Amino acid sequence: MVKYVLKRLGYSIVTLFVLVALTFFLQQCLPGDPFIGDKALPEATMAALRAKYGLDKSLPEQFLIYIGNCLHGDLGLSLQTNRSVTDTILDSFKVSFDLGIRAIIFAFILGVVLGTVAAIKRGKAADTICMFIALIGVSVPSFIMASLLQYYLGLQLGNVMRDAGMPALFATSNWGEWNTKVLPVLALGFGSLAQISRLTRTSMLDVLGQDYIKTARAKGLSQPAIIWRHALRNAITPVVTVLGPITAGVLTGAFVVENIFAIPGLGKYFVTSIQVLDYTMISGTTIFYGAFLILANLVVDLVYGVIDPRVKLEEG
Amino acid sequence: MEKIDKSRFGWVGADPERREEIARPSITFWRDAMSRLVKNKVALVCLIVIVLIILSCIVVPFFSPFTMREQHLQELNQGFFTPCTDPDFEGTGAMHVFGTDKLGRDLLTRTFEGGRVSLLIAFAAVGVNLIIGMIYGGVSGYFGGMVDNIMMRIVEVVNGIPYMIVVVLLMMVLPRGIFTMVVAYATVGWTGMARLVRGQCLSLKNQEFVVAAEAMGAKPARIIRKHLLPNTLSVIIINVTLQVPSAIFTEAFLSYIGLGVPVPQPSWGMLAQEGATMFTQHPSQLWIPAIAISLTMLAFNLLGDGLRDAFDPRLRR
Repeated sequence: MVKYVLKRLGYSIVTLFVLVALTFFLQQCLPGDPFIGDKALPEATMAALRAKYGLDKSLPEQFLIYIGNCLHGDLGLSLQTNRSVTDTILDSFKVSFDLGIRAIIFAFILGVVLGTVAAIKRGKAADTICMFIALIGVSVPSFIMASLLQYYLGLQLGNVMRDAGMPALFATSNWGEWNTKVLPVLALGFGSLAQISRLTRTSMLDVLGQDYIKTARAKGLSQPAIIWRHALRNAITPVVTVLGPITAGVLTGAFVVENIFAIPGLGKYFVTSIQVLDYTMISGTTIFYGAFLILANLVVDLVYGVIDPRVKLEEG
Repeated sequence: MEKIDKSRFGWVGADPERREEIARPSITFWRDAMSRLVKNKVALVCLIVIVLIILSCIVVPFFSPFTMREQHLQELNQGFFTPCTDPDFEGTGAMHVFGTDKLGRDLLTRTFEGGRVSLLIAFAAVGVNLIIGMIYGGVSGYFGGMVDNIMMRIVEVVNGIPYMIVVVLLMMVLPRGIFTMVVAYATVGWTGMARLVRGQCLSLKNQEFVVAAEAMGAKPARIIRKHLLPNTLSVIIINVTLQVPSAIFTEAFLSYIGLGVPVPQPSWGMLAQEGATMFTQHPSQLWIPAIAISLTMLAFNLLGDGLRDAFDPRLRR
């Protein structure tokens, strides 16, 4: 177990290093200069600015300094706002994390329920409906889903309700009260919901065909008891493995969903920092996202071993 | 019970030569899979839909009376089926079947032109993934041991990097365009294919036909090319079918956050992005590309599921 964790940790660190190096050298190739703005600055000022941000040193030197700083959590100052990147990320990530974790929980619970129902009622109308929902989720990109939800459930429904003298049910933007959170979470979670419910259905069908389910039935256990105690626990393990990729999907989906719903999260910062060429912010965010996802994958793998004792972690 | 007269029974004769003959034609793996695929109505319909989408994306722009960039400034943001009245254009009197966008461009033409770009990017990206993945996976799986170990560690590292972030970074550095999209997607997308092919090759390489080929002195490259890869083809086809929708999604996503093909070139993602800005006034401008993207992704996903069932009946749900 310890050996496995160490090995996985080793990979994670190498991956992270590659990511940092890639980010650092790619951003050197970016077109444009962060200090060329509307006004032309005197040469001395430019040199002073470059020196201040350490851009006057040689590339390998900059790279080493950068890695050193990363190691003690300093991701530099934002070239745009002159604020610490680490602080900005931590501040805005709270919001993103809140959004993301809600979306994942929503997707996981509803996805497992839908998938289970579909498996139990295989071939019936309930199965078709559940799988239809799942297919929509797989085929409609999150940003389109977000726009549609915002317009129809946020704006149109809000107008209808206001006409009827009630406050609008869902807000179309911002992040705070519960009614601002419903639509973004729906939009973000829908794709993952589809993935989870399809997977649950497949693995549930597999489990329901096993002999121990027949035994449980023969013992006279009730259907809920069979599903809950015998089937679900076994059916859910493959579902846990996709939580890693789903976390990644939710994070990237958050880039656009946060933009559409004007949520002040990290995704919004990331997209704007790309547009204004805020080098330190881009690389800081990339490294943060990378580290987060690598950690999430590690946790998912470890959790998998706990849920399913048959998995021998040492071999992995 | 009625008694049957013995005279009705008789020796019809049996040709000892033909006794061992196989009566039915032997069915190859591919025929078998095809016959199962044809029986799967959903998959078949999806296949037809995909062919129709591809053909119409190729053909429609040729026959459209409008071009993708001409602006009918008198006819901005028109709805469905508005006739073009501007006498300055070739297509005067023809219909804007899907209406026009905020710059007065014909949406039908742009939708199908956009389809060309989106599908081209998707197929090219998946094609590049396919080639890299097959070679990488084949070599890694066939040689095994240390080579495999090192090659798979590299895959592990590349796979650990969140791909959307790499794509975004690459899109910023390289000049915008179709080629960049393909490169960006293929840089990180090949790992899945490589893993699949490697897994298959690992299990295939100890089978007799590979041993026989080795005994006859076939070189590794030949064994991988002629013996291993053809046998992994079913897995590869399924994977390709399922990667296309993800490539289409990536294109749409990148266009949406402003890293797409340069204007005025349309793609489904660009159209969706432009449509989203006009959505509150003219919902159809988002709905059209949204339906195009979703329908294509849906058809490919369902076809992929159908292919999986057809190639591997054990996995049938």
